[in-house]
Amino acid sequence: MNLADVSPTEGLSTVPSLALVLAIGVLFTGGIYLLLERSLTRILIGFILVGNGVNLMLLVAGGRAGGAPIVGITPEDEMSDPLVQAMILTAVVITLGLTAFVLAMAYRSWQLNGHDEVQDDLEDRRIARRAAENAPSYADEDAEATDTLDDEAPEVRDETSRLGREGDR
Amino acid sequence: MLILLAVHLIAALVAPALVSWLGRRAFLVLALAPASAFGYALAHTRDVLDGNLPEQTLSWVPSLGLDLTFRLDTLSWLMLLVVGGVGAAVLVYCTAYFSREAHGLGRFAAILTAFAGTMVGLVTADNLLLLFVFWELTTVFSYLLIGHHADRKASRRAAMQAIVITTAGGLAMLVGLVTLGVSAGSWRISEVVADPPGGTAVTVAVVLLLIGAATKSALIPFHFWLPAAMAAPTPVSAYLHAAAMVKAGVYLVARFAPGFSDLLAWQVVIVAVAGGTVLVGGYRALRQHDLKLILAFGTVSQLGLIILLLGLGTRGAALAGLALLGAHALFKSSLFLLTGIVDAATGTRDIRRLTGIGRRLPLTAAAGVLATASMIGIPPLMGFVAKEAALESLVHGTGPVWRDAIALFAIVVGSVLTVAYGLRWVWGAFGTKGATARAVARANEHIGAAALRESDPRRAHSGAEDLAPVDPATVNRPPALLAVSPVVLAVLGLVLGLMPQVGDELLAPYAATYPAGEEGHLVLWAGFGAPVVLSAIILGGGALLFWWRGTFERLQAATWNVPEADQVYRRTMRRLDDLAADVTAMTQRGSLPFYLGAILVVLILVPGVAAFFAWPDPLELRAWDRPAQLVVVGIITVATILTVRARRRLKAVLLAGGVGYAMAALFLLHGAPDLAMTQVLVETVTLAVMVLVMRRLPPYFSDRPLAGSRWVRLAIGLGVGVVMMIFAVIAPLARTAVPVSVDFPSEAENFGGGKNIVNVTLVDIRAWDTVGEISVLLVAATGVASLVFLRRRSGEIPRMRSAPPDPGRPRVWADAPDTGRELRLGRLSAPQEPSSVGGATSAEPEMRSWLMAEGTLAPQRRSVIFEVVTRLVFHSMIVFALFLLFSGHNSPGGGFAAGLLVGIALLVRYLAGGRYELGEAAPVHPGLLLGTGLFLSAGVGLLALLLGGEVLQSVIIDIHVPVIGDVHLVTSLFFDIGVFLLVIGLVLDILRSLGAEVDRQAEGIDDDSSNPLVALEPDSVEAGGER
Repeated sequence: MNLADVSPTEGLSTVPSLALVLAIGVLFTGGIYLLLERSLTRILIGFILVGNGVNLMLLVAGGRAGGAPIVGITPEDEMSDPLVQAMILTAVVITLGLTAFVLAMAYRSWQLNGHDEVQDDLEDRRIARRAAENAPSYADEDAEATDTLDDEAPEVRDETSRLGREGDR
Repeated sequence: MLILLAVHLIAALVAPALVSWLGRRAFLVLALAPASAFGYALAHTRDVLDGNLPEQTLSWVPSLGLDLTFRLDTLSWLMLLVVGGVGAAVLVYCTAYFSREAHGLGRFAAILTAFAGTMVGLVTADNLLLLFVFWELTTVFSYLLIGHHADRKASRRAAMQAIVITTAGGLAMLVGLVTLGVSAGSWRISEVVADPPGGTAVTVAVVLLLIGAATKSALIPFHFWLPAAMAAPTPVSAYLHAAAMVKAGVYLVARFAPGFSDLLAWQVVIVAVAGGTVLVGGYRALRQHDLKLILAFGTVSQLGLIILLLGLGTRGAALAGLALLGAHALFKSSLFLLTGIVDAATGTRDIRRLTGIGRRLPLTAAAGVLATASMIGIPPLMGFVAKEAALESLVHGTGPVWRDAIALFAIVVGSVLTVAYGLRWVWGAFGTKGATARAVARANEHIGAAALRESDPRRAHSGAEDLAPVDPATVNRPPALLAVSPVVLAVLGLVLGLMPQVGDELLAPYAATYPAGEEGHLVLWAGFGAPVVLSAIILGGGALLFWWRGTFERLQAATWNVPEADQVYRRTMRRLDDLAADVTAMTQRGSLPFYLGAILVVLILVPGVAAFFAWPDPLELRAWDRPAQLVVVGIITVATILTVRARRRLKAVLLAGGVGYAMAALFLLHGAPDLAMTQVLVETVTLAVMVLVMRRLPPYFSDRPLAGSRWVRLAIGLGVGVVMMIFAVIAPLARTAVPVSVDFPSEAENFGGGKNIVNVTLVDIRAWDTVGEISVLLVAATGVASLVFLRRRSGEIPRMRSAPPDPGRPRVWADAPDTGRELRLGRLSAPQEPSSVGGATSAEPEMRSWLMAEGTLAPQRRSVIFEVVTRLVFHSMIVFALFLLFSGHNSPGGGFAAGLLVGIALLVRYLAGGRYELGEAAPVHPGLLLGTGLFLSAGVGLLALLLGGEVLQSVIIDIHVPVIGDVHLVTSLFFDIGVFLLVIGLVLDILRSLGAEVDRQAEGIDDDSSNPLVALEPDSVEAGGER
């Protein structure tokens, strides 16, 4: 490993490694392919693959490989970038939470429907059908009414005190 | 002025309580709030006149230029008098107007008072953005007040219409205000107007301001919301829609006219829009039969007139406009309040049903005549003085001829119409109409007075039968309290008209700030000249128009073919809905793959193409950092391809897990031991949990739906992959700044007190990120539990004491097929034992106990080797986890890794001994761990505040403890312990949900002793499932 081109004032060398870039490409391609599926399990696996790809991108963005970023073990010039590592660590653990959540969703979907596939949104399809018929997608009675203000004006009255025969003092 | 706002705010807040305590008399107390504004303005009259303007500033959002700046100049003073005075009068009027049983009075009182306060802020604000804040607040309060009778369709529609239109105008105005503020370099209104900026942007901004004013003050083509707003209770109409809120647009025009009225765009808009409004409003008013609607259209007309005068930009017209502003506030609010009295007394506002009311209510009628006289400009009332001054200024105008001619035409014709509808109102409300009176007499003769009284047409009838006339004999006089407000307001119009020099002296200073024209004067008798002649023509013409009202009404009905603005608005809204539905139908297909695909294609096309053009030159690339990377990348590639091609769920999951472990190797090669450790642990938990769920799902993926689109998906995947590779190459090379992490090593040691920089970054340098992250984990854990636990999340922890071991009847998986039973029995007991199918009948041989709850597991599910191994490794794992936790600050480890390791230890216990074993291993509720963890992490961070540091700052304590030696304690350790507990909670929640609870549901056990298959029936789940 050649660390001679690293100058401490400029931080790490950032020339990316082709091997990692290749891995990123593979992970994204496979992950996206699965993400576009309808089975929640496959979507989840796709998401995990894409997540791995993103983590690798962060790693590459942090610069070249180096020693463990632990003071006293690695000289400061030879350390790998600790910031991206902290970020990736966070991402890795969050992915665990997300995985569990999607799994629970898949299980629930299987419980309710007997499969774990994402169906088309029924409401969206209803709106599309109504729009094709040029029918209003919801009934708004307030706006539909055709009587004009002049017609309604006599009925629209306040709850006034009654000054007629009864008096109200 | 801040104190005035505070008074209104407090009054509004206590209003509901006050109303429920004092009933409608509470309005008397609340009237003190606007009265205080009125008093404040009166008290500062001398200061304002002397140019010693009261000012107040309080910084609010300095970065936006938004300060609480208030300033009381002549215009604000006049508006404050109007807002405060009329407000107090209207609130007093409310005391007697509403019936005791009227519903929603508390809310009504609060909103009305709050509205008064907002108006006070609006007319005194001296900051462009603050003005907007108050402006929008008036819109909201107006919406609430118009919709006061929320159970009525007309109210809801009117309120909706008003808020849509005024908010649209308000948004246009906001753009204008911001543009003005930026162009002028100042957010103070007084400074912007004193030194107006120029240019195209400013011209556009000013037109936008005028649009805002036009929507608020109901100018054409936005005028129709105001008559519809008459659905509000009459006091609201008197205050908001005659005196105060609709005057906000007038105020805006008057405020900016001194600076911008010389712009041609301003002149054209003002003359066309305001002039047109004068005519349309007056014309429409002549056709109305509802007293309030006559006044509403009249208000539209008058607002146009006032804006026309104030916007023309000449001093004479401005003075006339200010006088008319005050006069209009007095007579129009008085007229509305009088309408309310007639309405309350007779039960109708339809002029076709009213006759002879003037004789029954002489005081009301007298006040009505007085107010109307002011409106139509009869000497010696204030309306006359104002109108004379307006005519005078235009007749002797110095501006462009086209402008003055159009304005004069609009004013003269508009005034003729005003006279006509003014007379129509007086006649309609109080006059004795021959035909109507005869109908009353007929009714009295034929049916008899008793019958009329019984049927009580005032309240019982509606619709067409409304035309049944009201017998004036049944009308009683209103209480004095009801009449006092309108009478005072009407008389004030007379008093001020008799003393025009007072108005002249007080209002002239503001008119003098206008850039052009001669100064005008307010006088009762200016000598014989063109204005007097015009006045006479106006009065005569108006009287004739009123006289021929029948003919004119028929003429209107015959010629009015232009669609009313109201209908145009409704049609527009309908089209907008249709368009929205079409757009939604086109873009929202409801298909998740389609959405994702669209997003990804955009990603490929836009940032991808951009990245392609940003290709670095020269391109630097190295083949690898370390040769071993190549091997790992090879593994990743193969595993990914196999994962994608896998048809079995379990195979795909295991292969994806392989990719995860390979990632850990890459991290290790890169020099990230913490990361590698965490990745391995997370991957292990993920794998185990996925397998736990996969055993419940069908073994194969169905590839029914998307087989055809495979190539499209592959193309998108390849595209994204290539784009990401380009990014991965460009992004690191594009770096120009020194990374922030350069100083992390020294910071970590000196401030964070640790040597492991990654760990210190997590718990100290970027601790806020970690707090956010663990909050996400908490939410995710809760979400998992909510999806799986159908009834309640806080289910009991399965413990041994609640399930005593029973060899004959194991608790877990008892019904599973026991294929290995014979084998097991045969090896452990005598071979002559006959084979029996019912496992529970013959005694199971005693098995040695390695774990606590293994007896609850069906024997066929147990594995002695697994139990022994678990027994051996569990405690070692816990100890190692604690070591990782406490050493993590200085060497690889930390809360995340430690927590995950404990989680794996629990997982092993669960797998070996079932859910009771899990309960025994971790007899705490995961929610407790999650909550404690988050509290420790975020809460201990607050501790640093007490020690004088910042939130989440670390404190390093070095103490010497006997025996142990020197202890180097960093408070961020507690943060890490919090993370540790939270991660344990997460894993435990996952195990409990996706492991134990899924087991239980699969076994068909239901603690609630209801149908065990309830979980499989969607309907009952939706209806009854809490969790």
